[in-house]
Amino acid sequence: MPSLFEKTPCEGLLPLAIGGMTLTEIAAERITSVAPFAGKDRAVGAALKALGLGWPKPGQSVAGKGGRILWTGRGQAFLIGADPEGLAGIAALTDQSDGWARIELSGADVEAVLARLVPLDLGAAAFPKGSVARSSLGHMMMVLHRSEDRAFEIMVFRSMAATAVHELHAAMTALAARAAAR
Amino acid sequence: MRINCPLCGTRDRREFTYYGDAIYADRPADGAPAEAWDDYLHLRDNPAGETRDLWYHEMGCSSWIEVTRNTVTHEISATRLLTDRKAPAKGRGKA
Repeated sequence: MPSLFEKTPCEGLLPLAIGGMTLTEIAAERITSVAPFAGKDRAVGAALKALGLGWPKPGQSVAGKGGRILWTGRGQAFLIGADPEGLAGIAALTDQSDGWARIELSGADVEAVLARLVPLDLGAAAFPKGSVARSSLGHMMMVLHRSEDRAFEIMVFRSMAATAVHELHAAMTALAARAAAR
Repeated sequence: MRINCPLCGTRDRREFTYYGDAIYADRPADGAPAEAWDDYLHLRDNPAGETRDLWYHEMGCSSWIEVTRNTVTHEISATRLLTDRKAPAKGRGKA
């Protein structure tokens, strides 16, 4: 048996601080994909309510004391930071904790950085705190969550971590260079 | 070109994958005659005007969407989730 060592998705890549913005890796939490079985939407909603959450509408998230649940597609949401108690048998549950790289981008110009990579209107009016979108980061599939007014949580497939950091690093650097040249 | 995803809102065409005519959602029933399968697989109208086709929101919510568009004006007049259609009378052996 070879000796294995634990490594986070963005180990050696983050954190970065450029032009007043920071890019950091989010500490590992349990991620469970929840996909309600046919006709079980209400039961799943009730089970989530017992966890202090609820089923998120498309493009939204629900946060509670114990964790968060993000809408991630048609009939699917990611339960993050909480155990999926009471959901077995009424929803398809998949542990995806090790499948995603989770990165937080924060700072004054977060929208301007993401505008170089994401084809969405991320202004505070169109995409307020708590909003979630499935879209692309460059060419990568992404889950985007506005976790704070000036911070976004970006989730990409773990195997794409280095590319995602590279793309975000390039966008942050270019934006800082443009600001410095003014 | 932008497509209005019923779940995600209006999104850029790059997020979607085109599949083909909406008839692909209506498979002939089990045991249907060969002519029905021939029609389903090979025969397509080529309308100058309104047509319906299937798009997959690959970079988004993973929904299949039926898009009604006009081949003359390029206008997209309607979109809906494929699951929101009433189940067709034929086909769908096991619903």
